[in-house]
Amino acid sequence: MTPSDETGSGAGWLALFLVLVLAVLAFAVALATAIGDYSIGLRTVTLAITNGLGLTGADIPPIEESVVWDLRLSRALVAALAGAGLAICGAILQALLRNALAEPFVLGVSAGASTGAVCVIVLGIGAGSLSLSAGAFAGAFAAFALVAILSNGATSGPNHTILAGVAASQLFNALTSYVVTTSGNAQQARDVMFWLLGSFGGVRWPDFQLLCAVVICGLAICLWMARALDAFTFGDEDAAALGVPVARIRLILFAVTAMMTATIVSMVGSIGFVGLVVPHAARHLVGPLHLRLLPACAAVGAVFMVLADIASRVIVAQQTIPIGVVTALVGVPFFAIILYRSRPQT
Amino acid sequence: MSVVASNLVWGVRRKRIVSDVSLSVAQGETLGLIGPNGSGKSSLLRLLAGLRRPQSGRVEISGQDISQIPRRALARQLAFVQQNAATDTNVSVRDVVRLGRTPHRSALSGWSAVDELAVASALERVDMTDRRAQPWQTLSGGERQRVHIARALAQSPRVMFLDEPTNHLDIHHQIEILRMVRDLDLTSIVALHDLNLAALFCDRIAVLQNGVLVACGRPAEVLTQSLLRDIFRVQAEVNNIDQTGRPHIRFKTG
Repeated sequence: MTPSDETGSGAGWLALFLVLVLAVLAFAVALATAIGDYSIGLRTVTLAITNGLGLTGADIPPIEESVVWDLRLSRALVAALAGAGLAICGAILQALLRNALAEPFVLGVSAGASTGAVCVIVLGIGAGSLSLSAGAFAGAFAAFALVAILSNGATSGPNHTILAGVAASQLFNALTSYVVTTSGNAQQARDVMFWLLGSFGGVRWPDFQLLCAVVICGLAICLWMARALDAFTFGDEDAAALGVPVARIRLILFAVTAMMTATIVSMVGSIGFVGLVVPHAARHLVGPLHLRLLPACAAVGAVFMVLADIASRVIVAQQTIPIGVVTALVGVPFFAIILYRSRPQT
Repeated sequence: MSVVASNLVWGVRRKRIVSDVSLSVAQGETLGLIGPNGSGKSSLLRLLAGLRRPQSGRVEISGQDISQIPRRALARQLAFVQQNAATDTNVSVRDVVRLGRTPHRSALSGWSAVDELAVASALERVDMTDRRAQPWQTLSGGERQRVHIARALAQSPRVMFLDEPTNHLDIHHQIEILRMVRDLDLTSIVALHDLNLAALFCDRIAVLQNGVLVACGRPAEVLTQSLLRDIFRVQAEVNNIDQTGRPHIRFKTG
């Protein structure tokens, strides 16, 4: 087993790994659909899903079928896509910024999204859940635009881009706090906090369709540029010497990750830690080459998020803990193990 | 493949770092680039390799202006070895050398027999075949430099630029690397600090001072007592010990 070989046993190992993870994912999704305030047997879940897909016409209670198909399955699949998307973005940004601490929110996108969301929740700009997402998306892109301007279109080097992201995050977080403290009441402050920590409550099929399109397109573009990403291993100049159009690749990939992150954040809030931890874990499993790392990130991220969503609903009975709390609670010990195992051997 | 630079000018803000440099390197020749710290060696090398765009002047390889050649096509013809390029990523020696095939592969093309051959022979050339599975992080400075050169060779270039490839290496590895570069069937331009090594391994030597090319020629013509005093500010004795025309420099302490 040599994860760094692209040919032969390496490819077989990746295929086996992906099949395994996808099987686990299918099981996790089924589990996520079965578990809840109203518990449904796995057999009914399977039948409800196959009914929904039009494969079977089994006779099951319509309420159970509706709960499975209309509420829980869409939620589980959105969770899987969000996990996959955040993990891919994390891997891309870690490569482009050559920084192990990079994650999807490093470009200020989540801070911008929260400002946008708060403007909707507290200031009441627009109304209803659609405009909450729209507000968050607008805020996310405002933040990304600011980072792009501050870092001269990301041409000034990784550290410059990271600093621009930190500056934008601080600015938008300050704006969020300002709006909440000056205009919000206690209930609104609570709503905002819950939104910021992330939630899959209320997502439906249209959300899934949108997210599915964005994540698949994003992954396809990133895979197309996977070789160029590998060339960044020794820095920008080295990538340029290997014939990679550095400025163009950088800008395209920053835009793609911002688009994916903004879509996810505006839909389910800013769920931390997945985009940071999963790429590191995936790198341990399949090695650093992006052509295999990105699919692995997508698969592992999806499983992780679905499991975290299950945990968020069962840890405290009758109550859903914010998903961001769970990802960090589960993620940190897991990350600690990786850090411990990969400590320098000196 | 020949390299011809004419009237290169480059700088940052108002500071001029390379001023009006013209030089030409013939097919298969090894040119040493020497000069005090801050004389513009690295900048000139990057201009020649097309990694920076000159403010004026042009670089031609085999008569073709490199600013007219797309990045990827250029990378198939010339390779650049940075000094001390490092990474935190956990890559193997083979992964690093494989990067050299980047300009030869499109987004969808698989790993071909030609790619495999190029990587294998590059590893062989720097004597790292047995270590190809070893993690990059566990290599010594000299081994890392050899792997970088192997990666450059895997690009199958016809011109190679090396920025102080012998920095931080012991004398054995310094000589080993420069001998390797000299014996390659490539046109190469090497920035160096060690004047004796430049004299030993380079066909010709170009001397930079404050971004200006002050001398260019065979080692014995360039490395004179007066040049060492004026440019490098050292007192030295220059001996032409044998018939090869390779001078030997002996520095005086005072």
